[in-house]
Amino acid sequence: MTAAVLEEIEAAEHLDIDDLLGDPGIRVVVCCGSGGVGKTTTAAALALRAAEEHGRRTVVLTIDPARRLAQSLGLSDLDNTPRPVTGIKTRNGGELHAMMLDMKRTFDDIVAAHTDPRRAEEIFVNPFYQAMSSTFAGTQEYMAMEKLSQLRARDDWDLIIVDTPPSRSALDFLDAPARLGRFLDGRMLRLLLAPARAGGRSVFSLVTASFGLFSKLMDKILGAQLITDLSGFVGALDSMFGGFRERAEQTFRVLQAPETAFLIVAAPEPDAIREADFFAGRLEDERMPLAGLILNRVHEVAAAEIGVAEASDAGAALREENPAAADVLLIHAALLARAERERSVARRFTTAHAGVPVATIAAQPVDVHDIDGLRAIGSALALGR
Amino acid sequence: MAGRTKDHSRSRWPQRLHVVTGKGGTGKTTVAAALALALATEGRRVLLVEVEQRQGIAQVFDRAPLPYAERAIATGYPGTASGGGGEVFALAVDVEEALLEYLDMFYKLGRAGRALKKFGAIDFATTIAPGVRDVLLTGKVKEAVTRTSDGRRVYDAVVLDAPPTGRIGRFLNVAAETARLAKMGPIKSQSEGVAAVLRSPVTTVHVVTLLEEMPVQETADTVAELRRLDLPVGTIIINSAQPPLLAGGRVTAAEVRRGLVAAGLPADRDVVSGLLAEARGHLSRREVEVALREELAGLGRPMVELPELPGGVDLAGLHHLAGVLAG
Repeated sequence: MTAAVLEEIEAAEHLDIDDLLGDPGIRVVVCCGSGGVGKTTTAAALALRAAEEHGRRTVVLTIDPARRLAQSLGLSDLDNTPRPVTGIKTRNGGELHAMMLDMKRTFDDIVAAHTDPRRAEEIFVNPFYQAMSSTFAGTQEYMAMEKLSQLRARDDWDLIIVDTPPSRSALDFLDAPARLGRFLDGRMLRLLLAPARAGGRSVFSLVTASFGLFSKLMDKILGAQLITDLSGFVGALDSMFGGFRERAEQTFRVLQAPETAFLIVAAPEPDAIREADFFAGRLEDERMPLAGLILNRVHEVAAAEIGVAEASDAGAALREENPAAADVLLIHAALLARAERERSVARRFTTAHAGVPVATIAAQPVDVHDIDGLRAIGSALALGR
Repeated sequence: MAGRTKDHSRSRWPQRLHVVTGKGGTGKTTVAAALALALATEGRRVLLVEVEQRQGIAQVFDRAPLPYAERAIATGYPGTASGGGGEVFALAVDVEEALLEYLDMFYKLGRAGRALKKFGAIDFATTIAPGVRDVLLTGKVKEAVTRTSDGRRVYDAVVLDAPPTGRIGRFLNVAAETARLAKMGPIKSQSEGVAAVLRSPVTTVHVVTLLEEMPVQETADTVAELRRLDLPVGTIIINSAQPPLLAGGRVTAAEVRRGLVAAGLPADRDVVSGLLAEARGHLSRREVEVALREELAGLGRPMVELPELPGGVDLAGLHHLAGVLAG
């Protein structure tokens, strides 16, 4: 069935998921795409298959899994350390570990690693740090990449599969490290830092006259107490700047390495496909290796012989004499119309990125949240037909 | 103009600020746009606002990207029983522009404010204190809700295409977020003003969902979170609902074959079994949907179902959804 769908999504090559998961040269698989397309489930299914079928010691890093999926992976809480997943087949010698990202703790760990305990304590209690580490738009993305970098550096796993945060844009997690770097490098921060470095009391005391207007403005808008907190935060962070930037760069290099493969997960809907298209273009620009597109929740018909118009006309005509058959035909008409719409939406991606291989997952009536369900998705992806 | 003096307290949507949230992929932008049209059809002058800089409104209305300015984008159907057709204006809020506007309003900065941009101050402010960003965005919404001209309200209603369920609590709970940073001063008073409007009877927060497990779970979580934060929960809007076909729950191969023959369509075994397989898929989805609908009903909020648009969302489809919402 899936093969038929693929044939109709013209020009699309079939993505061989087993080639990818079984390749010892591939150490990191990043699943990305817009929110609500089934990234987490797909990432978990791929990780399970890598462990069971390819005997790889695999860890899956999830960001925000559905409660029941988390439970079936043995993740009861935000935990930040990989835990073994039980109930999987280990005959090929593989292992599956799973972890859920704790954004704040990851940030705390970086701070602790880059400064002395007294400084770290100062940073932890600063209200700006608390706000930034738990709510900064981009912190989750940055910390996900940071965690990936840490896991990779430990070299305990054959394969790391990462789910990316449910961002406003699928690109956010690529941009977050650079944005944080830019922020920490920013002119603004330097200005705020100058007095802290000089031991000055007022944040803006050492700044030149041309900066006077700005300084007054900041005092006026932000208020004195806020500026004191800010100054404290910036001063405390100063010792760690190099560390942050270095790590952001290191993560970016991991993402560019040939041992990394990106998979874009998308549902065949306009928004998700548009994001997928942007993302594929962006990966190309950044010279990051895109392995393929996984088209999730694809609808398929089982009686392709009957067209949409035929079925709906017959459904209307049979309404009185045979209502059950009429409904069956209307169900078929709606399903076929949907399948055709999905194909034309998916074609927007496949014609724009002709070289990118595609695999599909059929729409399921019920969400998957146990190991058996994940295994079934993995096999369906691998068979592809 | 006549419609604007009308009393909307008997409308299905009497409030003036309608915040629309939902899990990603549930179609909250489409629903927000349809709701704005529905309110315009009641004769109201409506502002539809987006704050996530994704130009979703422009896409839904099939327009070029919106600037940071309020532009007429559609009109409600005129001449309906409920009154003349009102207008929908659209606004895509840009954070930087909102900050400059805010500074200008309160500090009369004029062009000096632009210097802030040069210093990277805006990037800085919204990065280091994410609450500031939300205060600016919700502050702009509050301003539109309360704006008057010659003693009358400029907009009868504002519909906000808000951040998704995962971020909505934090987004709307502005005062608490900024209170951690600013214990006094202008940011604090600004955010308190916003918080007061959001918690007043003027405001309601609608949650858009699909009859699928994850969106329903997130809807329940969001309703609980909004209640905890003392924010007013409005209507649960079920989007893309399927028509209730095969309500009897069963059909036989003989019936299908007979129907196909009567309609002059191919009726061989493969076609019949294919159609039956599709019908079984439909029925098992329906079973799940019934359970999910009950779960949603248990949240104790009014519910509205919007049909799936077979041709995808276009302007005619939006008006159709607006008609369903208007009730």
